[in-house]
Amino acid sequence: MKRILRAIFGHGSGRIGGVIVGVYLLLALLGLLGLTPHNPITQYRIDRLHAPSAAYWMGTDLFGRDVASRLMAGIGQSFTVAFFSVAFATLAGTVMGLAAAWLGRRWDGIVMRIMDVLLAFPAILLALLIVTVAGPGTWTSVVAIGIVYTPIFTRVVRGPALSLKAREFVDAARTFGSSPSYIVTRHLLLNLVAPLTVQVTLALAWALLTEAGLSFLGLGTQPPAASLGLMLSDSRNLMETAPWLMIFPGLAIMISILGFNLLGDALRDILDPKTRRALA
Amino acid sequence: MTPLLSVRDLRVGFGRDPRANEVVRGVSFDLADGETLAIVGESGSGKSVTALSINRLIDFGGGRITGGSIALKRANAAVLDLASAREPQLTGIRGAEIGMIFQEPMTSLNPVLTIGTQIEESFRLHRGLTGRQATAAARDALDRVRIPDAARRLKYTPNQLSGGMLQRVMIAIALACNPRLLIADEPTTALDVTVQAQIMALLAELKRETGMSVIFITHDIGLVAGIADRVMVMQNGQAVEQGELNQILDHPSHPYTQHLLHAVPHFANGRAARADGQRDKDAGTKPALEVDGLVVRFPLKSGFFSHATGAVHAVDGVDFDLMPGETLAIVGESGSGKSTTAKAVLGLVRSTRGSFSVGAAAASAARSARPVQMVFQNPYASLNPRLTIESILAEPVIATGGRVNAETQARMASLLERVGLPRTSLARYPHEFSGGQRQRLCIARALMLNPSVVVLDEAVSALDVSVQAMVLDLLVDLQREFGLAYLFISHDMAVVERIAHRIAVIYAGQIVEIGDAASVLSKPKHSYTKKLIAAVPTIDRRREHFELDTRQIPSLVRPPGFEPAPARWEQFGRDHMARVEA
Repeated sequence: MKRILRAIFGHGSGRIGGVIVGVYLLLALLGLLGLTPHNPITQYRIDRLHAPSAAYWMGTDLFGRDVASRLMAGIGQSFTVAFFSVAFATLAGTVMGLAAAWLGRRWDGIVMRIMDVLLAFPAILLALLIVTVAGPGTWTSVVAIGIVYTPIFTRVVRGPALSLKAREFVDAARTFGSSPSYIVTRHLLLNLVAPLTVQVTLALAWALLTEAGLSFLGLGTQPPAASLGLMLSDSRNLMETAPWLMIFPGLAIMISILGFNLLGDALRDILDPKTRRALA
Repeated sequence: MTPLLSVRDLRVGFGRDPRANEVVRGVSFDLADGETLAIVGESGSGKSVTALSINRLIDFGGGRITGGSIALKRANAAVLDLASAREPQLTGIRGAEIGMIFQEPMTSLNPVLTIGTQIEESFRLHRGLTGRQATAAARDALDRVRIPDAARRLKYTPNQLSGGMLQRVMIAIALACNPRLLIADEPTTALDVTVQAQIMALLAELKRETGMSVIFITHDIGLVAGIADRVMVMQNGQAVEQGELNQILDHPSHPYTQHLLHAVPHFANGRAARADGQRDKDAGTKPALEVDGLVVRFPLKSGFFSHATGAVHAVDGVDFDLMPGETLAIVGESGSGKSTTAKAVLGLVRSTRGSFSVGAAAASAARSARPVQMVFQNPYASLNPRLTIESILAEPVIATGGRVNAETQARMASLLERVGLPRTSLARYPHEFSGGQRQRLCIARALMLNPSVVVLDEAVSALDVSVQAMVLDLLVDLQREFGLAYLFISHDMAVVERIAHRIAVIYAGQIVEIGDAASVLSKPKHSYTKKLIAAVPTIDRRREHFELDTRQIPSLVRPPGFEPAPARWEQFGRDHMARVEA
């Protein structure tokens, strides 16, 4: 672990990505704990649509709520949804990918065809469909985004698992009579940690974007709670009179995704044995 | 007269700081017109890097020439230093003046283009031939490497040809423009012995016809005898010894050359076969393993309803028995069914028919007190890179329902010591060990369950000769100590001679000859065994000619319901019989 952290900071884009993600995690934590400059849902009626100033760092919105505080709360909210949905997708995808690879034949066909169908829908459309059916809310978005990204994890796991399954150490394990669960966990899963780590980092970026999209459409986080997508949505009609309402949440989304992508790229370089030099 | 090629103090490095990571450190040699230089060394000695530096292909592999000169005498007698030449100049030299063939014919050809197109490319680039002229030139090139029916073969894609045929195609491409220098980088390592002998004979013949010079790179000093005029031995990036063929082979002066010559398994036509542990059938000991009428078929299905259209008869009626403390070597070429036989014994492949005396129980190690265990060919692929040695050695115990307790720990430590590895290895990971050490780990792992039979599937083929010799010695010692029976699968006759008590020669899924090692190797009866033995390269067979034989192994695909004719055997001596040939 320590070695990987050191490697990330030795890697050009990893350093930038790592710092960005670190700052966001801190902001998200502060936002979730309510340690914001103002209360994110208190409406300061007198200071409606206040431009950024010393009192309101990023200005206030139509209802006089502090944008900086709402931004922190929103980051907290978006990150929570992203983390839980990616955890869901990782778990479900890994189990199904391993099952497809290990059981093979018919099971492989069934699982992978279901995943193909899921993948055929654009991510946001599928999430919309699920949320519309289940009703909007934080936890439905978690499940919806989780389901949307499950097929990607299934594919990421199945491919390498199939090739690991044909490796000689798995044959060797069979000759001692190792149980399938032992082979799957020790020989397959343990060797899949590296590709999964990379995929998780990248999936977090997509999940953040999908969460913002759902909230923007009014199907994710419900007002008055703050969310980056919701803030963007609220700013639409005030674009010209109060541009800070759009600029800050927009930048927040963009930079967070940039951060996760840079970190993901760095992890890929570090964990891929072909570019292992970064670790040395 | 200036030599064709004169290399002086060549230094090649890799990585960000090539000077600090030199792989070739000051190699010098000369190559005269029409001469063959063999560069011999073990893996990592820098022999391939030296050769790749000559046509500067090394630039594409991340290497840099850090010093020295490579003077090539060109066709117009001008001398060019390849070490400092620019890329456009080199493009004109590669292929036209320096041809190259690689180790893996299967991967050096583009699988989606016909071989005709790929041969024509060389003529198009260097001679400007197009259309019909190029096709005609390609056909002539194939004729030259003795590929029968060349006109038709031009339309084949690489997957339709065998490894030996593909290597001939590679040679045809390399020789397309009559280069005056051919670099052959382990051209036969990936091929079977009989095919290897054919390719070597072809190279020797082409060399005589064209008068070109050849740099022949190999790890197998036995192969050098048939082709080289001069030999250069490399170790750790330096040329430790070079000289005339006979001088190097008969009077090596450097200790490393002596070591290599000593370590290489000399094939001695059965004279070096093991004399210990002669089998004595009357003693009434029960065989450790008895295989009776083993048949393994892989059905072929095609069409929309996937009906059976035939089957690949991988193993077709194999019988043998194996006594405790005895080694039976199964010898054959790739695709002959020897590995499938081993896997069937272990239950890794389901057998279609046939019985094993211990097989049923041994297939699941949990149900047998002394199970059958296996050591695989590739020591790099048979150990999980993410587990410590302790977890790896503990796996067979856990798999059979045992607990990892002090007793297991003690056994692990003692086995590690027994195979020649320090006790401290337990906490380390496989990548910290060399190929030979990993194979020792695999052997230790196979011994954890105290097996009766160990199947060694090409267990020493991937190792360097000196390491190979040590692992073979270890195997013999362990056999005596634990009374192990070995089923030793190999294609290498010289290795087999060192370890086997008995030999079974397998061809196209059937045993064609079986018997006492000394007898089979010294007086082979079946024509295939004779061919196999004649193809073994040894340092004693200098400049010996091998008949070019372009026959391919018969297809193993049979129509549904096909049964081979029952075998008729002819007995020679006490323990030696061969299949009667049709």
